[in-house]
Amino acid sequence: MTTEASQPAMVSIRVTLNGTEQEASVEPRLLLVHFIRETLNLTGTHIGCDTTHCGACTILLDGTPVKSCTIFAVQADGREITTVEGLAAGGVLHPIQAAFTEEHGLQCGFCTPGMMLTGVAFLENNPDPSEAEIRRAISGNLCRCTGYVNIIKAYQSAAAKLRERGA
Amino acid sequence: MIPPRFHYHAPATLDAALSLLNDYGPEARVLAGGQSLIPLMKLQLAAPAHIVDINRIPGLDAITEENGTLHIGSLTREAALEASETVRAGYAILHDTAAVIADPLVRNMATVGGNLAHGDPANDHPATMVALGAQVVARSAAGERVIPVADFFEGPLATALGPGEILTGIQVPQPPAGSGGAYLKLERKVGDYATAGVAVFLTVNDGVCQQAGIGLTNAGPVPVKAASAENFLAGQRLTEETIREAARLAAQEAQPSADLRGSADYKRDMVRVLTGRAIRQALERVG
Repeated sequence: MTTEASQPAMVSIRVTLNGTEQEASVEPRLLLVHFIRETLNLTGTHIGCDTTHCGACTILLDGTPVKSCTIFAVQADGREITTVEGLAAGGVLHPIQAAFTEEHGLQCGFCTPGMMLTGVAFLENNPDPSEAEIRRAISGNLCRCTGYVNIIKAYQSAAAKLRERGA
Repeated sequence: MIPPRFHYHAPATLDAALSLLNDYGPEARVLAGGQSLIPLMKLQLAAPAHIVDINRIPGLDAITEENGTLHIGSLTREAALEASETVRAGYAILHDTAAVIADPLVRNMATVGGNLAHGDPANDHPATMVALGAQVVARSAAGERVIPVADFFEGPLATALGPGEILTGIQVPQPPAGSGGAYLKLERKVGDYATAGVAVFLTVNDGVCQQAGIGLTNAGPVPVKAASAENFLAGQRLTEETIREAARLAAQEAQPSADLRGSADYKRDMVRVLTGRAIRQALERVG
């Protein structure tokens, strides 16, 4: 390779993480999930497959669920990130968190942060989904414990709670 | 997995991006959705010295219809294509395609331009664009050129794009009256590449096929244009018999490789089955 020998410059980025502004200097190759877990020390965002399949690393980027193992931290400059730590407000669980608790929408819990963040964005756009729509919405988030049945119940329960809250 | 080091550039304009590509030549790669490039870098299968991130360039993600052409900006996310009312109403085959690419989270980042520019014959848009007779718009510092999609793919992960070029958009001819299309994909699970995928676009007058476009996914080193099936269908009355014959011809043109998804014979037969189904579905959609 005829690459120039110079080390790539660090890049200064600023993100709003769960409502709080954060600034850091990062290597361009730093993945967003590593930035969240290791630079910002929030380990609720999990690394599962590390190959863009499992969705354990799902976060909201400007409100849209994406796989943070397949985005560079520099790409998040100037944008809003929501992780599972940002869901509860004032010590009160977000309706989707309450629903996962009540419906036992998890066993080992590894996929749960990603499942819930996908759900938050999905239910915002589709407040009264069918089971088929829920199954399709979570098709990028793998759960190896539950068989999905209680996750779907949790989504349905969260949808009802959110509709009630909005009403 | 840690990607190799690279210099990062996030130009705010297309001209600035083209100038960077001009400066760094083959050492630079364009970053759009990143859903193919970043996994390749994590596997150390790609190690560009310079990344030119085009996501900060405004105006590359529009879907517009004018003068008989649908223009899809190259940065259009698959999720946006899937959600587009224009696409749903007038280009069902494109909606079919967007809806089966990878998974919903990947589609929130992945772009239509990237799906083509990556040059992977296992990607889904190439077959559809072949069936639709689409054209790719490429810009370089020297200007703009328009490349018919049938000439765009040169080999596995190789396209007609030069090192200084950016794919800026795709032009799809507006479907004439009496046309319909469908894209069908057989996949082992959501997010997998196609075991086989078939795109069919037909123009029909009074039960007789005027013109047919048929593209095959993951059925060779480049997206396959099933020309003998297309030529056979043109001028034929569409009956169970002629549909079966077109499906047989399309399967003959497939050159799949055996892998974990199945043997070459199995995949070829799936091309046959899907081609028949896609023709029937396209016919149902003729409007």
